[in-house]
Amino acid sequence: MKTMDDIQLLEAIERYLAGEMSASEATQFETIRKNTPEIDQMVVEHSMFLHEMDNYAGRKNFAHLSATTFNNLFEAGEWAPIDEQSTKYKVIQLWTKYRKVTAIAASVGGFIALFTSSLMMYFSPSLNGSQVLQLSKAIEVIKKNQQVQGHILNEVKTKLPENAKLISGGSGFLIDTKGFIITNAHVLKGNGAIVINSVGQEFNASIVYADKASDLALLKIDDADFVQPKSLPYSIRKKATELGEEVYTLGYPRNDNDIVYGKGYLSAQSGFEGDSNAYQIQISANPGYSGAPIFNDNSELIGIINTRQKQAEGVAFAIKSSKIYDLINAAEKEAPKQTNVKFAKAAIHNGDRKKQISNLQHYIFNIRSFN
Amino acid sequence: MKAEINEQALLKGLANNDSKAVEALYKSHFSMIQHFVINNNGSFDDARDVFQEAMITLYEKVQDDHFTLTCQIKTYLFSICKHLWLKRLQQMGKYSTPLSTEEESVAVDTDIEAFEKKDAAFAIMDRALNSLGEPCKSLLEGYYLNKKGMQELAADFGYTSSDNAKNQKYKCLMRLKKLFFAQYNIGD
Repeated sequence: MKTMDDIQLLEAIERYLAGEMSASEATQFETIRKNTPEIDQMVVEHSMFLHEMDNYAGRKNFAHLSATTFNNLFEAGEWAPIDEQSTKYKVIQLWTKYRKVTAIAASVGGFIALFTSSLMMYFSPSLNGSQVLQLSKAIEVIKKNQQVQGHILNEVKTKLPENAKLISGGSGFLIDTKGFIITNAHVLKGNGAIVINSVGQEFNASIVYADKASDLALLKIDDADFVQPKSLPYSIRKKATELGEEVYTLGYPRNDNDIVYGKGYLSAQSGFEGDSNAYQIQISANPGYSGAPIFNDNSELIGIINTRQKQAEGVAFAIKSSKIYDLINAAEKEAPKQTNVKFAKAAIHNGDRKKQISNLQHYIFNIRSFN
Repeated sequence: MKAEINEQALLKGLANNDSKAVEALYKSHFSMIQHFVINNNGSFDDARDVFQEAMITLYEKVQDDHFTLTCQIKTYLFSICKHLWLKRLQQMGKYSTPLSTEEESVAVDTDIEAFEKKDAAFAIMDRALNSLGEPCKSLLEGYYLNKKGMQELAADFGYTSSDNAKNQKYKCLMRLKKLFFAQYNIGD
């Protein structure tokens, strides 16, 4: 019955802090508090928490009141936008934009949220370091890894150029049979890259195109040792995916070259702070999963893991697979000679998942970027 | 003298979430900010955002019973807006020339600092609440934000007794506190 006691204790603390106790009850409580450091600590902590909660509630309510007041006055024609250059078109544009804001403010009191997010935008929309973690592997980890794997690297001769320094790493996957690989842009912090398949074979690769805004990058395996597969066992989904759909991922989060399987489900149609280019996925994602593909049970690739939320365990964000098509379009414009992707059309496999995974792993690569 | 009394009444109204006071402040001062922001590389939307933040800064300042305002409301709001807008321009890398203005302004650094500190705590609480999921989020908002009683919440959420609701609220609260304190630096 420990929980019951805890609940009563918390209730007592809240009543005490709110001044709802009778004088004698309060004196009694204060005696307990004085003699029990743990309880005293709980009171202090909870008081701080309630104070922040009050501030939060106060600001949220006031921001809503202030925004509503502004909206009402604006609708009543209190202010005509005075921008000299503004045409009617611009005014309309402002108004539609502004309506959207009003709706959000009314629903969640999100005015402040909008401010903060717009402030964050100035730094970087997708790579917000304070609240989301990119999942590329840290340099130190890889360095250590190099030492640990020293003897293996001697046996199988590495394709890293001499004196090359590993900078970053993650996962990636084939999108066609000729060796085009998609990963995250932030996985490629160095100038060059090698990719390693699930049995430890290394291949030289070139970075064809990287787009920091969408955090996607295109690599091409340029290596005579690479045997082109006849087809890919998955297709890349163009449309959005249903909420609650079961998904799984395969990537290289560990320091060795062992591929790791993880399963979860799609928990929101948008990513961090409502980012419509991403999904939220309930999955435990570790560093190194960056660039790992996410599949559904129809062998469709639906997204690419790129970040996870710092404070919420098991919440990861994935770039929607449709963004791959956007990236290829951009790459075709920027680097038309190097980009000749032919998206493979896969036969749908509805076999059991174990078989699928053992098949899929050959198309997923461990990516290492170096300078 | 009369003007001063009016200002005091306005601030008191603001402190108590009186929509009349809020409206009066928008009516008297927003145009000035609109002119200022638009003359300095901004849009109508920017002016609205900056003014909203200035209003929140003032609101939070007057929550303190011992607050003092050593200048007119107009000067205060303008000073906050100017400071905030300058900062935004710098963040966007747009700021090159000194801001053009004829309005007088006062130093508001400490108030801005207080605002930003609260802003950080607000963001942490907001994220913590939003990562809770339902029904925890609504349950805790009902209790702590909308100050609903346990019986009312039990009815709202379909719990068979207020004890059950209490139990659930406790579990949710422990999760929220864990999330909140993971980010919040005590004594910072």
